[in-house]
Amino acid sequence: MKGKSGVKSVAEINEKIREGNVCVVTAEEMKEIVEELGAERAAREVDVVTTGTFGAMCSTGVFLNFGHSDPPIRMQRVWLNDVEAYTGIAAVDAYLGATQQSEKSQEYGGAHVIQGLVRGEEVELKATSRGTDCYPEKEVNTTITIDDLNFAEMVNPRNAYQRYNAATNSSNRVLRTYMGTLLPNFGNVSFAGCGEISPLINDPEFRTIGIGTRIFLCGAKGYIIGHGTQHCPGYATLMVKAPLKQMSPEFMRAAYMPGYGVTMFVGLGIPIPVLDADMAEKLAVRDEEIKTKIIDFGVQRRDRPVVREVTYAELKSGRVEINGEEVRVSPLSSVYMARKIMDELKDRILKGEFLLSEPVERLKEGEPMKPLRVVTRLVKSVMNEAITVHPETDVRSAARLMIEKGLNHLPVVDERGVLVGIITSWDVAKAVASGKTGKVGEIMTKRVITTHPNDAVEVAARKMEAHDISALPVVDENGRVLGIVTSEDLSKLLAR
Amino acid sequence: MLFKLKFDSKAVKKPVISMVTLKTSALINIIRAEVGPRRGELIVEVEDSLADEVENSFRELGVDVCRLKKKVERSDECVHCGACLSICPVEAIVIGERGEIVFLDNCVLCGNCVGVCPVKALSLPV
Repeated sequence: MKGKSGVKSVAEINEKIREGNVCVVTAEEMKEIVEELGAERAAREVDVVTTGTFGAMCSTGVFLNFGHSDPPIRMQRVWLNDVEAYTGIAAVDAYLGATQQSEKSQEYGGAHVIQGLVRGEEVELKATSRGTDCYPEKEVNTTITIDDLNFAEMVNPRNAYQRYNAATNSSNRVLRTYMGTLLPNFGNVSFAGCGEISPLINDPEFRTIGIGTRIFLCGAKGYIIGHGTQHCPGYATLMVKAPLKQMSPEFMRAAYMPGYGVTMFVGLGIPIPVLDADMAEKLAVRDEEIKTKIIDFGVQRRDRPVVREVTYAELKSGRVEINGEEVRVSPLSSVYMARKIMDELKDRILKGEFLLSEPVERLKEGEPMKPLRVVTRLVKSVMNEAITVHPETDVRSAARLMIEKGLNHLPVVDERGVLVGIITSWDVAKAVASGKTGKVGEIMTKRVITTHPNDAVEVAARKMEAHDISALPVVDENGRVLGIVTSEDLSKLLAR
Repeated sequence: MLFKLKFDSKAVKKPVISMVTLKTSALINIIRAEVGPRRGELIVEVEDSLADEVENSFRELGVDVCRLKKKVERSDECVHCGACLSICPVEAIVIGERGEIVFLDNCVLCGNCVGVCPVKALSLPV
């Protein structure tokens, strides 16, 4: 120990680990220590802080090498338990992504195969090829276990988000999303990430978390191999790898987000060496200081509106306020498992089984995410002028109007032009058949599904499909009818 | 005590719940009900002290009675993520001291949490 703030090197800390006199604490313990002793003394006392997270991380997968059959095959397509792996690489190599769905069930996927392998289960392997002079075999069907694989390495392009946006739903229907089930009318909030114990939030300047940092990944000793995809300021991510054969089923779990798809809970821990007082101060970060945003998934666009800013402390309290109402919160990451990981990693370091490594290169700061530019067609560009009627209009005149204009739908509006209902040619036919030829107001559907001029046409199409209807009145924020969009308008668009 | 009641085509025609209430003076709280023309299935809650008497009365009326464990069942697959937490209408799911997810006794077996569990760790007791 030297210098004014107890400056240490990773090499010195490793020496202490080997000698068995290293001081290791978990991220939670460190926060208490810094609060009690201050950063300077905490940096002198503590050598390593273990951080951890356990959450659904879609960007997860494994590289596999199956070995060569006799006669050999160049595997052009490969399925493991009916889940297809990517084979656009060498003959018997494949990459199986966690979210790839089985061809038989949408609730089973790559994550389940990976978990099955780690649990020692048998997995059905099917491979096909067109056959070549050097690889004549055209099809292979067999079963394998993890022991049969020459090579199985988990390589995850994006894990361990520093923080993540929370989700809610302003719409009037239940949404089944990758952020879990979101109840209508701001019925709940879900959030991901473990807040103050997460690795990247505890080393925000990437002083020790970098390329080459040794980490704990699903029970195995792994490494950071770069920053992750979508790594950007405040929302840093990691690309990581570790051998599948060293992993433990306890620290991973295949999952299916109901109505959305397959994903995988990944357990990741990073030991952070306390090099100086400045690092100790960063390690003292609390949930109260970690801000994120609650995003409205009810708006099905890339730029979903921010409902409000929120701290991880509020999210973890189980309740947040939205528009004056108390809303219950679901975490999606497991603090319980993250604590197990921090404890396990601490234990391994204390036993001398896990040494720290210095990064060979620092992670870059990251740049704001660039969106994918695609042509977005908005409802306002395809909608037609709406011919409307009033509730007091008689059914016969409405029927005549439909025939004259060749329409199947007439929005019903009040004197201010505000939508109060809709009638279809079917409603009119029913009314005539049952002799109810009075006023439109008596036969109209009052709960009308609508769309807005700035909605994407895809959103409008999904609404029509979901409700099994063929037209949507387009309304402004005051409910005034601006036009109408029909399924015919949309199919013309597709035919173009 | 929670009971699962199964009505056959005869029992389903009688006002069984009212008859048992009049006979035993027990307050019977209907948690879930699926009643069709030929059969029915109800989950009801009864005060523990009257449970035996109520059970016998139901049986006398030709109703099949099964005592339910009053909680959703959870397997070892649970990773304590908490996706179920905000879905519970009676706030019977809470986070414990170590971050573990705890199921409290005020569960009404609505089954909402079963459908949102990402690791299929939850099930309704049969």
